[in-house]
Amino acid sequence: MSAPILSIHDLKVEFGTRQGVVKAVDGVSLNVYRGEVLGLVGESGSGKSVTGLSILGLIDPPGRIASGSIKLEGTELIGLPEDELRRLRGERMAMIFQDPMTTLNPVLRIDTQMIETIRAHENVSERAARSRAEEALKRVGIPSPAERLLTYPHQLSGGMRQRVAIAIALLMSPALLVADEPTTALDVTIQSQIIAEVQQLCSETGTALIWITHDLAVVAGLADRIAVMYAGRIVEEGDVDPVLDHPRHPYTYGLLGSAPSNNRRGEKLAQIPGMTPSLANLPSGCAFAPRCAFAQGDCSTAPPTLTHDGSRAWRCFHPVPDREDVR
Amino acid sequence: MLAYLIRRVGQALLVIAAMATIVFVSIYAVGNPVDILANPNADAKEMAEISARLGLDKPLWEQFGLFVWNALHGDLGRSFVFNEPALKLIIQRMPATLELAFVALIMSIFIGIPLGVWAGLKPDAWSSRTIMSGSILGFSLPNFWIGLMLILLFAVQLKWLPSGGRGPTTSLFGIQVSFLTWEGLRYLLLPAFTLALYKAALVVRLSRSGTREAVLQDYVRFARAKGLSPTRIVLVHVLKNIMIPIVTILGLELGSMIAFAVVTETVFAYPGMGKLLIDSIGRLDRPVIVAYLMMVVVIFVVINLIVDLLYAALDPRVRLQESEG
Ligand SMILES: Nc1ncnc2c1ncn2[C@@H]1O[C@H](COP(=O)(O)OP(=O)(O)O)[C@@H](O)[C@H]1O
Ligand code: SF4
Ligand SMILES: [Mg+2]
Repeated sequence: MSAPILSIHDLKVEFGTRQGVVKAVDGVSLNVYRGEVLGLVGESGSGKSVTGLSILGLIDPPGRIASGSIKLEGTELIGLPEDELRRLRGERMAMIFQDPMTTLNPVLRIDTQMIETIRAHENVSERAARSRAEEALKRVGIPSPAERLLTYPHQLSGGMRQRVAIAIALLMSPALLVADEPTTALDVTIQSQIIAEVQQLCSETGTALIWITHDLAVVAGLADRIAVMYAGRIVEEGDVDPVLDHPRHPYTYGLLGSAPSNNRRGEKLAQIPGMTPSLANLPSGCAFAPRCAFAQGDCSTAPPTLTHDGSRAWRCFHPVPDREDVR
Repeated sequence: MLAYLIRRVGQALLVIAAMATIVFVSIYAVGNPVDILANPNADAKEMAEISARLGLDKPLWEQFGLFVWNALHGDLGRSFVFNEPALKLIIQRMPATLELAFVALIMSIFIGIPLGVWAGLKPDAWSSRTIMSGSILGFSLPNFWIGLMLILLFAVQLKWLPSGGRGPTTSLFGIQVSFLTWEGLRYLLLPAFTLALYKAALVVRLSRSGTREAVLQDYVRFARAKGLSPTRIVLVHVLKNIMIPIVTILGLELGSMIAFAVVTETVFAYPGMGKLLIDSIGRLDRPVIVAYLMMVVVIFVVINLIVDLLYAALDPRVRLQESEG
């Protein structure tokens, strides 16, 4: 395989809080290749958004990237001067967010918000930028784009606003798009339309996609690979079908196993008994131990290391037996 | 839009009518102007004559009826002291006050917004803490004291600026203004700064809290993810959002700056409407006092209307047709 577009190695992100230092991301490593879709899954608070924001260099105090490496197309992003990082944002890497109602600036017209993006990266005339903006709106399935350009965000529905955000993110044909739960706030039909459109657009341009979600159904239909996060660590990773069909990590198994139906479509993350641990004081061993049905005495001595098996990997002392089919 | 305007003007007329009643009746209750106007050794007959000439011998309801009737014809009475129409006296002084208020307003914006936005962007920097402590001073130091200190420093000690009065004026569309020449502007600087300081402190606070809130919004994060420069994010994305409350509040404050430039005008012997009011109160020159207060009400109402229109222009989410009240 060719070199990855994005290569994260042992990333650690900390937040200084009143309760102490919170390790929101604790040693995450990931590779994403050209045209690939990676599903990043986990319960709320597991560090998915922080991982995504770290890639774009958008972690603000009290947060900081404590250590690790993030390479985009071979360029090390950590420690890169802010101005060079700014040039890469929007141009080589883009990000869209969860709430389309608040992502666009309410007092600026759509055309302003699109044209400024192009002109932040390229020295083009306002007219050329405008026609490219119009083209981009058409590509994400927005009817009469020329008129939509002249509207304000509040005049558009949530689905339309998210499409505009996607159009903006893809304006410069970035190498990587980080989508942080972009359809969670939308209703199901619009959600699936938008997912299909993003998938289509990214495969046309070869844009790699990191799709953050807590909805396994979305990942099953969209992703090539899946990474499951728990308490700031990736606990299981691999091609989407083997991981979802035969999860080896008890956490993934739990997410899938206690699902109400055998049909993966429409499935949300299942409720696993217990609470996500406070990141400020994690147990010394495996962070999942207090909730784990497979836990044994040695689980709380040291954090489990990664076990590789072909293209997949997991972080567990007593993995779910192979071939145990959850469906 | 038209229906909105008609409704607003109707409301405005109601407010003005109510104010007229309150103002007239309350002024009537304060002292007897004849005591002040008459020659100290005038006898009772002379006093009665003056009283009759000014119409002060009639009962309250008759005086009020006459006042309303005349007011509807654009006549707010004649000054007891100058024997000129009160309205004319006020309008003569108005450009000076308006000019003072506008220069002060502009100063407060140009001082307040950059400092406030800076303090909002870097809330923990020592410079920001200094700005915020400064704004507390701006709020709490009395106006007249600031005026006196400025006079002491810039007029008496350094002799850079005049200590009071109004500078030479030039005619702009038939109105006498002094801000067009440097010499005229020099007379404006100290009183305008005195008047601006409180508002600048207010603008600092508004811009700071607005900025702190705006930078946490998703649209700012998205703007950063798009690769916009920090300058553009602050000057376009943040500023355009925080301007909405600032314009609204400053607009409303402009009314009070015009109306209550009284103290500043007195300290700087600045010949505006406020100085006229103070002088007229001293002489119990009722028609001028009443006309001044009526004028101030009208100015308030007009400014309120303009602010609402401006607010709608700045915030695309506001539609005038839908707004109540
Ligand atoms: N601004 C912040 N201040 C303090 N802690 C934060 C902040 N943002 C995130 N965190 C910590 O990072 C953890 C992971 O957050 P996040 O990445 O947003 O989770 P999610 O997987 O739901 O996207 C949170 O549980 C929280 O403890
Ligand atoms: S290491 Fe132990 S506690 Fe952690 S997931 Fe595996 S079995 Fe459970
Ligand atoms: Mg999140």
